[in-house]
Amino acid sequence: MTAAGALGAAAQVALVGGGSPLLVGLMRQVRARLEGRAGAGVAQPWRDLRKLLRKEPITPDGTGWVFRAAPLLLTATVLVVAAVVPFATTSSPLDSVADLIAVAAVLALGTVTLALAGLDTGTAFGGMGASREMTVMSLVEPTILLSVFALSVRVGSTNLAAIVGATVHDPRAVISPASLLAAVALAVVTMAEAGRLPVDNPSTHLELTMIHEAMILEYAGPDLALVEWASAMRLGVLLGLLASLFAPWGIVTGAGLAAIPLALVVFAAKVATLGVVLAAGEVFLAKLRLFRVPELLAGSFLLALLAVAASFFLG
Amino acid sequence: MSETTYVQLLDLACGVFLLAAVLILWRRQLSAIVRLFTIQATALAGLVAVLAVHQHDTELGAVAVGILLLRAVLLPLLVRRALEASGEARETQPLVNVTASLLAAAVLALLAYAVTQPVVRLSPSPATHAVPVAVTVVLLGFFVLVTRRRALSQLAGFLLLDNGITAAAFLTTAGVPVVVELGVSFDVLLAVLVLQVLTSRMRAVFGSTDLDELRELHD
Repeated sequence: MTAAGALGAAAQVALVGGGSPLLVGLMRQVRARLEGRAGAGVAQPWRDLRKLLRKEPITPDGTGWVFRAAPLLLTATVLVVAAVVPFATTSSPLDSVADLIAVAAVLALGTVTLALAGLDTGTAFGGMGASREMTVMSLVEPTILLSVFALSVRVGSTNLAAIVGATVHDPRAVISPASLLAAVALAVVTMAEAGRLPVDNPSTHLELTMIHEAMILEYAGPDLALVEWASAMRLGVLLGLLASLFAPWGIVTGAGLAAIPLALVVFAAKVATLGVVLAAGEVFLAKLRLFRVPELLAGSFLLALLAVAASFFLG
Repeated sequence: MSETTYVQLLDLACGVFLLAAVLILWRRQLSAIVRLFTIQATALAGLVAVLAVHQHDTELGAVAVGILLLRAVLLPLLVRRALEASGEARETQPLVNVTASLLAAAVLALLAYAVTQPVVRLSPSPATHAVPVAVTVVLLGFFVLVTRRRALSQLAGFLLLDNGITAAAFLTTAGVPVVVELGVSFDVLLAVLVLQVLTSRMRAVFGSTDLDELRELHD
């Protein structure tokens, strides 16, 4: 553990926390412009959060501690992941727990908490959203694990810093078939996990088509602000994870302090680019029918399996 | 070309080849399938070109150009024309639904890796290590042939099968003679033309190209 590493990890958390609502705002703005609307501006999610935070905290009758604890736990899991994943520096003090499987598990913990909160309200839509979220998650997890195996075979470790460090030192490994197939599989899974099109529509107001939004229908005020903030950070973390695994340029692998600001700028640029590409792609997509979602996720599972096979047999 | 660059390019071509095959199984839009065939044939030609440069073999280079012209330009053109004539945009009712076919493809890929291990052990080299990819594509081609109903999807399965066989031939041998490759290529061209005629005849008689309609013999 070094001072530079600790500082880098803290800076990562600050950047993800402060930048993720801006990322969401940027993606909405890109979408609005492509659809011919003026858009609300990049900072609108922050203004929404400020508005929600000023409101009186209120919870529905009959909800228990699960409902109240879920926003805090969800936010906590995302913040932990933001500190652990090597976005800007690989020498984070939490390096020993920066295991890709552990990161996937922590993110899944957040999802499960929110699903439980959706069930706790006892409304029809909360239950429906929770059931759908669990369906999608159970299909997503095998793909994540297989892609992790495909990426870790090359390095011989599931430690994120080790994987990222190896890719920084050997950039050509990115265009190997195993890495390409795993990238496509993980990209599909990221869209499903972050609740973007074509799996879930983040801007829907029709309860029957909601997944994520249906679970948080009953939240209001500061709780809703926390959930919205955590969802934005989750999107930022997932895109950042994708960027760190497949385009790790600019990440500091040594203990130097001077390179960290530059690494943070590069990280923000990478995630913003991914976000813009995703938002522009979403304009051309319609939401998949729920019964077609398993098809998409079976496809990504197959790609992940082929990635594992390719990394064993070609490598 | 250095050894590592050679291996990387070979693996990359094989990866694109395999990815295109999986996407062909995935997509229902017939026009998208034709586009994916162009990509797959280009990857195949790239694979042969990489082998040609590595072995300093001009004859193999000529074969690569031939493959590119025939499979990436001529065959997609013919299939696209048949597609426009048939007026059917998508495979509506495969016998096995797409989710199940993708999972079946995962099993087929593992099967291909298992059965090609003796071949790889015979002479371990970067090229033979990629043979499982070619065999996977062959098996996927068989699978498409068996489970799809439209004549044009069957054509896609046939082309997939043939691309896989060609890739396996180039990966296992030190180079296929031009005469052999020419013979095989014209065979494929002929098969595509025959299937194109069959499609248009079927459409004239039944109004669709569903192969399940072909049930009665005729004299």
